[in-house]
Amino acid sequence: MEKFTKISSIAAPLDRANIDTDAIIPKQFLKSIKRSGFGPNLFDEWRYEDHGEVGMDNSKRPLKKDFVLNQEQYQGAQILLARENFGCGSSREHAPWALEDYGFKAIIAPSFADIFYNNCFKNGLLPIVQSNEVMDELFAFKGEITIDLATQTIRTDSQTYDFEVDQERKRRLINGLDDIGLTLQYADEIKAFEVQYFKTYSWI
Amino acid sequence: MPQTLYDKLMSAHIVREEATTSLIYIDRQLIHEVTSPQAFEGLELAGRTPWRLDASIAVPDHNVPTTDRSSGVSGIEDPISKLQIETLDKNCKAFGINEIQMNDIRQGIVHVVGPEQGATLPGMSIVCGDSHTSTHGALGALAFGIGTSEVEHVLATGCLWQSKSKNLKIEVNGKLNELVSAKDVALYIIGQIGTAGGTGFAIEFTGTTIQDLSIEGRMTLCNMSIEAGARVGMVAVDDKTIEYVKGRPMAPTGEQWDKAVTYWETLHSDEGAHFDQTISLDAKNIKPQVTWGTSPEMVVAIDGVIPDPDKESDPVKAESIKNALNYIHLKANTPINTVVIDKVFIGSCTNSRIEDLRIAASVVKGKRVANNIKLALVVPGSGLIKQQAEAEGLDKIFTDAGFEWRQPGCSMCLAMNADKLEPGERCASTSNRNFEGRQGQGSFTHLVSPAIAASSAIAGHFSEVK
Ligand code: SF4
Repeated sequence: MEKFTKISSIAAPLDRANIDTDAIIPKQFLKSIKRSGFGPNLFDEWRYEDHGEVGMDNSKRPLKKDFVLNQEQYQGAQILLARENFGCGSSREHAPWALEDYGFKAIIAPSFADIFYNNCFKNGLLPIVQSNEVMDELFAFKGEITIDLATQTIRTDSQTYDFEVDQERKRRLINGLDDIGLTLQYADEIKAFEVQYFKTYSWI
Repeated sequence: MPQTLYDKLMSAHIVREEATTSLIYIDRQLIHEVTSPQAFEGLELAGRTPWRLDASIAVPDHNVPTTDRSSGVSGIEDPISKLQIETLDKNCKAFGINEIQMNDIRQGIVHVVGPEQGATLPGMSIVCGDSHTSTHGALGALAFGIGTSEVEHVLATGCLWQSKSKNLKIEVNGKLNELVSAKDVALYIIGQIGTAGGTGFAIEFTGTTIQDLSIEGRMTLCNMSIEAGARVGMVAVDDKTIEYVKGRPMAPTGEQWDKAVTYWETLHSDEGAHFDQTISLDAKNIKPQVTWGTSPEMVVAIDGVIPDPDKESDPVKAESIKNALNYIHLKANTPINTVVIDKVFIGSCTNSRIEDLRIAASVVKGKRVANNIKLALVVPGSGLIKQQAEAEGLDKIFTDAGFEWRQPGCSMCLAMNADKLEPGERCASTSNRNFEGRQGQGSFTHLVSPAIAASSAIAGHFSEVK
């Protein structure tokens, strides 16, 4: 996993609440058996005029000009701004995969759906919660935003906002650590637990 | 200290505790073809093997065709569906995981198969790469959906890192009105608390109404906890739970059974246990429900009217009503029971169990599907349910009424297999999600109970059971 330290980028403002995972990556693309390559189909139905299917040459498809990711000034954005309950819907990890594959590194919204929020960390994406008031300010701000995970701050040219993040998750993101390897450090503890556990719950 | 059911289940599984998160032991992992390939790919790349083979059980469901399957997996027309199912078969074989394959009589939707096989037991920690894993909480299990990297994590370590949720009690008391089902209760609750109402919580459903529900009904309710924002929905163990589990193929027997039952009987919240929030509802206020919009919280009673954004004081809500009506091609203030439908889908992990099929069959018996209905589908949740329904003659009742009787799978719940809505088509569906495009691009989904789906198929528009 890539290390996450500090990013500075323009933020793409997606001014909608309840953006669900089906909108983030429509389900026809979930059929892949790979982890990568979902970026071109991120927000597919909002982004393209035609109906997207697996295997199409996305560079040839007609774009919806007014959709934010198609606007010149937001090209290369690594930060996404959205409204409440971002990532609701299915638990499928394709949504964070698609966001990450597109090039996003952080999403700032007033709230996230639980599973989506968890899945972000596992894929090197940083979900940040900010109040509606701060979100309004960020939506209004047009310049480059800096997110510094070490100091847990978001900076615009005139403002600094703090954000919360679980310290363990922060450590893993900053060090780009793989979850499984970390857990397997406790393999002996798990085995010891099992011995006791299967004694008590012997029918499992 | 008195504990909630959720707290009991969590603490029984804690391997290691850290400041804000715990390593939880996982008893059962259910696997299907959509969210597992990348997890197996990850294992293989890292040279890892499954931690405990008999923790897992796999079954293909999302992509399986529901029509003729006589030529097996190689006969699946859609190349991607075929690839996913072949990949599941291949991975299970390579890693030694127990799989119920497509043409096995026990095959079906993973959340139907788990309880049916006794792979879901009270008190277990159960995960699956699918958000509707909450369904299994109906048996007093700690069950929740996970993402694909977590699927890989559980395969490799037998455990999962979890932080504790808060406890939410949703208490429903009283006798349900006639023909009001668990599905209506679920939709009504979501209508009351909203799709984010349960976010951050584990929900325990209690009260006399819940006690009166069958295990099937409790599964329907727990299934939709996720639509209420909660990853976990549970009902305490009672005699019905134990009765349901008894004799299932993977359930314990003999001495082990007695030992298990003694433990299972402790699986309820203690008197005086602390809930962070409690919501109390009265069963007599619950009527059959129909969703009118693009979120499960956009729901009205069958005799209700579609809301008017101009009468909504909250501008964010007004905007989402407007967006939803715009998408779903309906007008504010329309009585929902005048809305004409094109297709009907009875199935999904919410409502495809034998009880659901019996109710729907009793409604359509001796009647005919309205002329404007282009397709009415009944898709049993598993091969065993299908067999049972056929033994009771339900298939005949459905086909005589003009329904199609299909093979088990997720089917039209999501537009991933051949069963899809065309753009502009409107469907009465017993599934759990009505997001934009859920059943096919540009299609319109209205969530209802099996009884309402059946009566609407006969009427050609949303209709109460006559
Ligand atoms: S029936 Fe629908 S909700 Fe249930 S597992 Fe299948 S796709 Fe998911």
